[in-house]
Amino acid sequence: MVSFSAVAKRYPGGQEALTDVSFSLQAGELAFLIGRSGAGKSTLLKLIPAIERPTSGSVIVGGQNVGALKRGAIPYLRRNIGLVFQDQKLLYDRSVYENVMLPLTFSSHAPREAARRARAAIDKVGLAGREKANPIELSGGEQQRVAIARAVVNRPSLLIADEPTANLDADSAARVLDIFVAFRQVGVTVLIATHDLSLVERYAGKILRLEQGRIA
Amino acid sequence: MSAWLRQHAHALRLALRRFAGGGALSAVVIGVALALPAGGYAVLDSLRGLAARASLDPQISVFLKPEVKRPDAMALEKSLRADARLAKVRFVPKEEALKELNAAQGLAEVTAALGRNPLPDAYVVTPREGDLEPLVADLGTLPGVAHVQADAAWARRLAALAAVGRLAIWLLAGLLSLGLVVVIFNTIRLQILTHRDEIEVSKLIGATDAFIRRPFYYLGTLQGAAGGVLAIVIVWSALALLNRPVGTLAESFGSAYRLSALGAADSAAVVALAALLGWLGAHLSVSKHLREIA
Repeated sequence: MVSFSAVAKRYPGGQEALTDVSFSLQAGELAFLIGRSGAGKSTLLKLIPAIERPTSGSVIVGGQNVGALKRGAIPYLRRNIGLVFQDQKLLYDRSVYENVMLPLTFSSHAPREAARRARAAIDKVGLAGREKANPIELSGGEQQRVAIARAVVNRPSLLIADEPTANLDADSAARVLDIFVAFRQVGVTVLIATHDLSLVERYAGKILRLEQGRIA
Repeated sequence: MSAWLRQHAHALRLALRRFAGGGALSAVVIGVALALPAGGYAVLDSLRGLAARASLDPQISVFLKPEVKRPDAMALEKSLRADARLAKVRFVPKEEALKELNAAQGLAEVTAALGRNPLPDAYVVTPREGDLEPLVADLGTLPGVAHVQADAAWARRLAALAAVGRLAIWLLAGLLSLGLVVVIFNTIRLQILTHRDEIEVSKLIGATDAFIRRPFYYLGTLQGAAGGVLAIVIVWSALALLNRPVGTLAESFGSAYRLSALGAADSAAVVALAALLGWLGAHLSVSKHLREIA
């Protein structure tokens, strides 16, 4: 599903964020990307949906070489990847329901089907009944769950999360991780970056340890 | 409904919502700005009608010396008709000229008091296109000609003045069109800044560039078109208001003259042009500013 081979990423200015990174994830696999802040976790995740391009090496996602994708093809790659960010990136000028609907407005679903999917996604993250709320009224954990619902509403085959539990207390963090892990059971490949090893020990997932831009 | 139509409907809905929420103000600015050249055009168009009615055909009167006999006058007519620069030649004998003069108000008594016909025979000629001055000079040198008068000098001055006015209006229209594009450019820039978060997130989760641009194109076009419609309404209202005093003025000259408003075709052209310029402003703004958002 995801395969990195000899990937390096150097930012303008010469700073090397990733050096010779190679790993691969099978379809339906669960993996945790562990490392201190500044180890290159975010950079690695950004290479998968082509938010950043590798300086050298190849990043293959679903059989496509992401580094060589044309600009026009990138949106279609991203529609097959659910992205969850540390800061959620929710839109606070609209309801939970409308936030979750956003990815469906530009894929070509009929309105009825789109509404059904949005409700199902909200239901799956345990927020049924809060559709009309503004995300700002929700707790941090609930906001992160809205972000997950938005990430999965297009039924992607790959789910990526960057420090999804960073700002949450232990209970909320565990709940959010449980939701991610549940998607793996329906065949979704899940890759979660976190600095907190203790949180992920209880899940049976592959561990990718990143130290100063290298897989340790 | 196809996905393509649904996405356009979505973009149009967004544009309408943004138009209602503040975008209409730009349309007012555009409308007032466009009303100036559109109104000027309407007034000039009306004036051109007036000048045409006063006959822009620059007729020339060729008066003969009183002592010229009829046969000599007929010989002169032959040489006038031979002149390729003249389109029409009409002989006005002095008897007919006197009859016309008598028909004019209050002059019959004056001519009667004179006792004899003071008028000379004359030719009224209509020149083809071309320079009048050398023609007038040549006509003056023909045998038996006393005086040559180009009646239409004033009409030609009016036409020249109208040409200056028309050019001024085109320049004004050009400048204000540029202004319109700038206004839309800036409105769309502000809209993009306002919706920066939404654009960023949409791009990250798989929105195409076309999907993101579409509402802004609709908004720019909508603002331009609304400004154009407003300009037409302003011009119509202003002309209706002006026509009352203009009517009073015209009646004092015994005329039923009125300023005519822009016709349907001209009005549609103004709206279409404004919409096109709105689209252009949006295009420039979107191309420049969306690039700055990752």
